[in-house]
Amino acid sequence: MPTPVIEVRGLTKHFGNIVALQDVSMTLMAGEVHCLLGDNGAGKSTLIRTLAGNNRPTAGEILFQGKPVAFRSPADALDLGIATVYQDLGLVPLMSVMRNFFMGREPVIDCVLFKLFRKSEARRIAREEMMKIGIDVRDVEQPIGTMSGGERQSLAIARAVYFGARVLILDEPTSALGVRQTSMVLRYVARLRNEGIGIIFITHNVRHAYAIGDRFTVLNRGRTPGTFTRAEKTRDELEEMMAGGREMADLTEHLSHDALEHL
Amino acid sequence: MSAIPKDERFTRTSLFHALMRRPEMGAVSGAVLVFLLFLLAASPTMFSARGVVNWLTVAGQLGVIAVSQCLLMIAGEFDLSVGSMIGFSGMVMALLFRFAAVPAWAAILAGIAICLCLGWLIGTIRVRSGLPSFIVTLAFLFILRGATIVSARMLNGSTMVGGMREAKNTDVVAALFGGQIGQGVCRWLADIGWLEKLPNGTPTVTGLPMIIVWCLVLGAGAAFVLAHTRFGNWIFSAGGDPRAARAVGVPVDAVKVRLFVYSAFCASVFGAAQVFEYGSADASRGELKEFESIIAAVIGGALLTGGYGSVVGALVGALIFGVVSQGFFYTGVDGDWFRIFLGCVLLGAVMFNTQVRRRVTGVY
Ligand SMILES: Nc1ncnc2c1ncn2[C@@H]1O[C@H](COP(=O)(O)OP(=O)(O)OP(=O)(O)O)[C@@H](O)[C@H]1O
Ligand SMILES: [Mg+2]
Repeated sequence: MPTPVIEVRGLTKHFGNIVALQDVSMTLMAGEVHCLLGDNGAGKSTLIRTLAGNNRPTAGEILFQGKPVAFRSPADALDLGIATVYQDLGLVPLMSVMRNFFMGREPVIDCVLFKLFRKSEARRIAREEMMKIGIDVRDVEQPIGTMSGGERQSLAIARAVYFGARVLILDEPTSALGVRQTSMVLRYVARLRNEGIGIIFITHNVRHAYAIGDRFTVLNRGRTPGTFTRAEKTRDELEEMMAGGREMADLTEHLSHDALEHL
Repeated sequence: MSAIPKDERFTRTSLFHALMRRPEMGAVSGAVLVFLLFLLAASPTMFSARGVVNWLTVAGQLGVIAVSQCLLMIAGEFDLSVGSMIGFSGMVMALLFRFAAVPAWAAILAGIAICLCLGWLIGTIRVRSGLPSFIVTLAFLFILRGATIVSARMLNGSTMVGGMREAKNTDVVAALFGGQIGQGVCRWLADIGWLEKLPNGTPTVTGLPMIIVWCLVLGAGAAFVLAHTRFGNWIFSAGGDPRAARAVGVPVDAVKVRLFVYSAFCASVFGAAQVFEYGSADASRGELKEFESIIAAVIGGALLTGGYGSVVGALVGALIFGVVSQGFFYTGVDGDWFRIFLGCVLLGAVMFNTQVRRRVTGVY
């Protein structure tokens, strides 16, 4: 079996006395879409924020291509080609599309004391990358604040794709997107997978998850019952897991009730 | 992926729209209004060579600290210790010069170095403690002013240290801060009759104070850094959304500390220029300058909550301040009115800026 691009072993994260993650293990292979499923507050965002270098784990380790890594900041993760679209997108509304796109990763030329920001190159790349995801940005100097929610989400994705040479982490990337834009993003993700990028995909939409996911890891109140491949679970079973991720037997029972009541 | 059809909802951006998008628009239109007003209301001597140099000097002094205040505000901070830092730096230089018998150039460099360290300290306390810059810099407003008064009293017996008038004629570095530029040009202009002479034969204007040069150089540098360097992008992102900036690896804290150091540097330039131009240091120098620099930056389009602003705007804001504060003298209206007028200009410019910004950025 090839070395996973990312391996998480026994990851634990506490915020004071809140247990956000407890002994979570999972692997991400190159060229797979790995869906992370679970209820609100299950710890999905915490897990990916740790993988992206925003949090330091309380215990456990992260291996990148087989070697243990300790990220001191998000820049460390980005340097390895791990890019993230956060649930809150992580864009600055007052700044332009181009400035947001290259925030923290500016193309530069050295000039005495300062690093010159190569803006014409940045403008061109930002425009091209947005084009690839299906948004024609007329003016890359336009502030993000004037863009629609979907356009912002597309920008955040395009940015992460551009910098995520090895691993792309998407935290509910399609929540603000319409049907056309969503299918565009999903197709885009599928293409990136075929190019060999490892993708962690968080979504609450079972159709999206089943359409695109190769493997699924469930999180339930900070713990994980494990990872399943597509072959091991039907879409219905997946739906059950996503509905809460509680113990399987429990869940099935619950769901039959709930489903009946709510239908 | 197939080509995306051109979106027909876009109209072409007009030049007017492009101009209206500039954050310094409010300040520029304010400046035009203020100039028109004083052209009409003030006596023509305000726009004589001497009058112009007079309010340009005031604008230049304020401009030096408005530039640094503006960068700090864009990065989401502000510095209330600027005024005290001006008095402190000048006093350190004067005391070193007079009581440690060091040459003027050494006193100036030492004074600036001490201020840089203090700026670093202020910035570091701000980012390490997480306390708002309002509290931290307010504390240093008092600490530095107190230190200035105490040290002056202890060493000098009074809060006023004089006797440095000659330094700028003998010391290159002192001249760089307190001297004048373009003296030859002024003499020549007077000789060909373009500039009036005083009865004793010297021109009414002997040269431009160096502080104006400092203001332009520091302003141009800051504007360039903001617009065209990586650090500039970091300044915008640190103030616009520090969390988002950190998440993509921007060293937000380091950016802020550096800007506090820059703020202290600009204050010490102001302090040095005052000491060596007037030949004295006074413990009360620089009082209220922290607010005046914030006013200039805000008139210039800077947002108190960070992430938005313009160095050019801050300079225009300083110009408005210079014209208004000096202009009243030439109108015959009592000078005490100037603060009322200035407050109104501030309000008007900020309301205008807010409208523009909302339309341009979509952020409310
Ligand atoms: N910085 C923090 N400080 C304290 N508690 C936190 C912090 N971040 C997350 N938590 C807690 O950790 C738990 C997991 O949160 P997390 O955001 O990872 O959930 P999630 O699975 O992403 O949920 P959602 O589907 O709603 O996005 C929550 O109970 C949350 O309150
Ligand atoms: Mg989440």
